[in-house]
Amino acid sequence: MKADVSSSGPPLVELKGISKRYGDLLANDGIDLSIEPGEIHALLGENGAGKSTLVKILYGVIEPSAGEIRWEGRPVTIGSPVEARALGLGMVFQHFSLFDEMTVAENIAVALSGEWSLATVRGRLSEISRTYGLALDPDRAVWTLSAGERQRIEIVRCLLQNPRLLILDEPTSVLTPQEAEHLFVTLDKLSADGCSILYISHKLEEVRRLCRRATILRTGRVVATIDPRASTAREIAALMVGNEVGDIRTDAPHAPQGEVLRVDHLDMPPVGLHGQALKDINLVARSGEVVGIAGVAGNGQSELFAALSGERLASRPDAIVIAGRACGTLGVHARRRLAAAFVPEERLGHAAAPTHRLSENTLISHAATEVSRSGFILVNAARRLARSIIKSFDVRTPEGDPQARKLSGGNLQKFVIGREIIRKPKLLIVDQPTWGVDAGAARLIRQALVDLARAGSAVVVVSQDLDELFEVADQMAVIHQGYLSPLKPIGAWTKEAVGLEMLGVAQAQGDAHAL
Amino acid sequence: MTTFEAILLTIVTASTPLLIAALGELVTERSGVLNLGVEGMMAMGAACSFAAAVSFDSTLLGVLAGVLAGAMMAALFALVVLGFAANQVGSGLALTIFGLGLSGLVGAPFVGARRDPIPPIDIPGLSDIPYVGRLFFEQDLFVYVSFALTILIALYLTRTRSGLTLRSIGENHTSANALGLPVLRTRFLAILFGGACAGLAGAYLALVYTRFWSPGMTAGRGWIALALVVFAAWRPGWLLIGAYIFGAATVLQLHAQAAQFGVPSQMLSAVPYLATIIALLLLSLRHGRAIGAPGSLGAPFVPDR
Repeated sequence: MKADVSSSGPPLVELKGISKRYGDLLANDGIDLSIEPGEIHALLGENGAGKSTLVKILYGVIEPSAGEIRWEGRPVTIGSPVEARALGLGMVFQHFSLFDEMTVAENIAVALSGEWSLATVRGRLSEISRTYGLALDPDRAVWTLSAGERQRIEIVRCLLQNPRLLILDEPTSVLTPQEAEHLFVTLDKLSADGCSILYISHKLEEVRRLCRRATILRTGRVVATIDPRASTAREIAALMVGNEVGDIRTDAPHAPQGEVLRVDHLDMPPVGLHGQALKDINLVARSGEVVGIAGVAGNGQSELFAALSGERLASRPDAIVIAGRACGTLGVHARRRLAAAFVPEERLGHAAAPTHRLSENTLISHAATEVSRSGFILVNAARRLARSIIKSFDVRTPEGDPQARKLSGGNLQKFVIGREIIRKPKLLIVDQPTWGVDAGAARLIRQALVDLARAGSAVVVVSQDLDELFEVADQMAVIHQGYLSPLKPIGAWTKEAVGLEMLGVAQAQGDAHAL
Repeated sequence: MTTFEAILLTIVTASTPLLIAALGELVTERSGVLNLGVEGMMAMGAACSFAAAVSFDSTLLGVLAGVLAGAMMAALFALVVLGFAANQVGSGLALTIFGLGLSGLVGAPFVGARRDPIPPIDIPGLSDIPYVGRLFFEQDLFVYVSFALTILIALYLTRTRSGLTLRSIGENHTSANALGLPVLRTRFLAILFGGACAGLAGAYLALVYTRFWSPGMTAGRGWIALALVVFAAWRPGWLLIGAYIFGAATVLQLHAQAAQFGVPSQMLSAVPYLATIIALLLLSLRHGRAIGAPGSLGAPFVPDR
């Protein structure tokens, strides 16, 4: 059955005037959307545009405040995910809805309705795996699997229900470029078999690769429904963000000076059950440059950050050298006194204390330097510092000195990065600087990082967003299962080469050559 | 009956209430709810079962009353932690204090009363096997029930659909909710089951173990049951081993105290705890990978609608 998009029948699903209100916030505001049978329809928008809220309403996870859903022309109410599945909806979640301690077969079985036994689940699993090229071992525990494999479980789980509409929420955010392409082939096949797909993303290239129609959301409203192949990436981005997106400016050319950070054969054992060991890491960052560390989540990024910042200590002092001083066995404060600064991935709870005011949060990284004296907090100095961070980094606050948790993700991220940059560090190490941050804030943060480097600091950016690294980095390396590839100038990397490193394929080939 | 056999028999009697209460708590915790009220539910089970058994002169009614009392206490706990998503640690501690107090009130008129022992069930032929015969095949019904419960719960958790649902909810209630699994209903039933088991364990204490009622007679057994669940890494089979090691060590240290070794009695009293911890630690080490608690254990679930 080929997709009959041109037929005059009713659309498979039609949303009319869907609204969802959370207190004062209108997350969805009168959204209209229709999906034809067999169509791959994109839902585009920035973080916070209301995409996730809309699909949760469609999938029955949350209740709309107003509006109507029609399924094949009939009005329906979808009160729960069970009802959604009974209608023929399947959903692959952005943050996987998997159970780490259970096996693949159990994870699939738990979502099935009707009669089943683990043996029949196994049989149908291998059947679907063959048809759509989704290889999975039913007896592996989920926590041992890669993100790509976990996503396959989610997809197989949906396909076992023979869905009419498959919803994918940011499916490629955790995949390597190769894994993503593999996913697209599967989706094309599904669409050709007549299954409709609602594809949620903020990545324009993917949407242009997959979809003929895209609905663009901004601040909870539909701003346009377009053919993504007939518009340029810049036009679509402008629709999503609402104003023209500027590029990052770099006035000065890349002209690195002396070495600020040297990591020399750093090894570290894993922490906890699912931790990743660091294996023979070598890295150099010089003043005046941005060094990017790419990699798929969970390959040792957070462990590397902890080692560099001094949250975990190395076994030898000379494994990490900052500003000429061997400090592998020194703690965070000691490293800060060497003019190093650190911004961890997690904003609330790691970079900032949620219930503390912004001025109190300056203490987290400035206690070693200026806002405390012999154990006492200099309250006025802290307030002045917070005010100047707020001013220089355009942090929008609901009141003068609010608690950290009252700020939106983007504004808090501007604050915690600004807090470090304002110290004019010689070395800044930042993990996922723009994760879950709106486009405007992301641009400001990236510009600030580049400016800091051009002013003579060394900046190390750990990120899973390849586009971001290609935008800001001068040198880049890829981390895979705790190994760091050699640093290369950004111009020497292609996306394909990065993808191969992320998968560890390049490493394996290197080893094969060595033999 | 030789002394050796007598010691073995007392070990079984000491271990059975721990095993029953811990099995109930295991199911509750596997669904993601931490109920620290086991001691309180057990005390209420003991008081109510003894009161009913004496008033109606019926062991059966006594047992039913104990189970019901435990379940009612658990229902109260469920209302607070599921209905109002209250803090589970605080609510559980409150339940223990409340249960210990209320059981004193319920049991007050029955202080000094006594019950006859329950006749053991003799499995002909098998009970004549030397040493182990009487140990395993001439016990009261509770002992058989505790073994059956262990096996049934192990099968339920690993082999049935409903058991898989329960484990999923305990592992990650947000995911389970997104998949449409009935988080609150499953947890409610699991809490009730935990309460019923604690009540049954209490009934055993009052009707078999001591055969009288006195306030505070649970003597911390509820807390031991809670600890056993953790050390057994939430596995029914290991729980059985743990409960019996604890029971055995308790009985043996009593005999050691009576024999007047040159060791302070306080040291000997600590032996059961130490022995149980070491034994279960060795078990989990041998298993290679340490086993964690259910992922959502103790976290209140508030559906996002």
